[in-house]
Amino acid sequence: MQSTPINYFKLFAIAEQFELDVASLESNFRKTQSANHPDRFVSAPASEKLVAMQLATLANEAYSVLKSPAKRAKYMLEQHGIDAIADTNTAMPAEFLMQQMEWRERIEDAKMARSITELDEIASELKLETNSLINKLHELLDIKKDLASATAVTRKLIFIDKVCADIDQVIEQLDD
Amino acid sequence: MAYSDKVLDHYENPRNVGSLDKNDPQVGTGMVGAPACGDVMKLMIKVNDNGIIEDAKFKTYGCGSAIASSSLVTEWLKGRTIEEAYAIKNSEIAEELALPPVKIHCSVLAEDAIKAAVADIKAKQAAKVAA
Repeated sequence: MQSTPINYFKLFAIAEQFELDVASLESNFRKTQSANHPDRFVSAPASEKLVAMQLATLANEAYSVLKSPAKRAKYMLEQHGIDAIADTNTAMPAEFLMQQMEWRERIEDAKMARSITELDEIASELKLETNSLINKLHELLDIKKDLASATAVTRKLIFIDKVCADIDQVIEQLDD
Repeated sequence: MAYSDKVLDHYENPRNVGSLDKNDPQVGTGMVGAPACGDVMKLMIKVNDNGIIEDAKFKTYGCGSAIASSSLVTEWLKGRTIEEAYAIKNSEIAEELALPPVKIHCSVLAEDAIKAAVADIKAKQAAKVAA
């Protein structure tokens, strides 16, 4: 199984494109999980148990990648031999990094001021930015097939995802 | 993640956190980011007329290793020429902080921040000469 990696889109029988067929992904994911559920293999030979477990694990991993726009885009680029997050590439557009710094500083200030309102405001700005990047990725990956530009947008989306995760964490801390 | 004592020391007592006046003609700014972890790093250096770095400040949003890497380089930069600064390698930073392989990219980020700050100050100096 390791030697020929299974394509995540094919695993769930959905079109290999950025614009996701969510309904088919959800229903085929559930089917795969139930077909490979350990309960079904209680009295099965060890080799079958192992295969079922491996398939369930693979389906989990594939599902989590396809569900996340940033991970899905990164995965699609990987299929074309592009590593969107290569360590050696730290150059990002200056204005994008400035914006990142600004968001980070505002989160820090809002955290100090314990202002959930301000954090929600930043989160909604990030949501807008996320949506605009997702629209761009659909255009670049599915329509224009412009992988170089798609790589740049994917990198931005990964940064935004990280800021969103950090905001959620701060809001959770303040809620406690 | 087990951090080395040196990383912990810089992480808990980061040196030279802050900003310099970005409009000062003697100040160069380097901004870099690592998409692998979403870390962002800003490094600012103040360079005197003899090309010596008089002051360095940083602001890093990221993991302990990224903060320690940038804190360490601000200490190293002071008193060096911009050419010496440009020659600093990420491997020296990683070695000093005993960074594990998965955190090497943090030292790459710091090296790239220095190079970006030096490039910025050189561009400012060139613009001044041209003016």
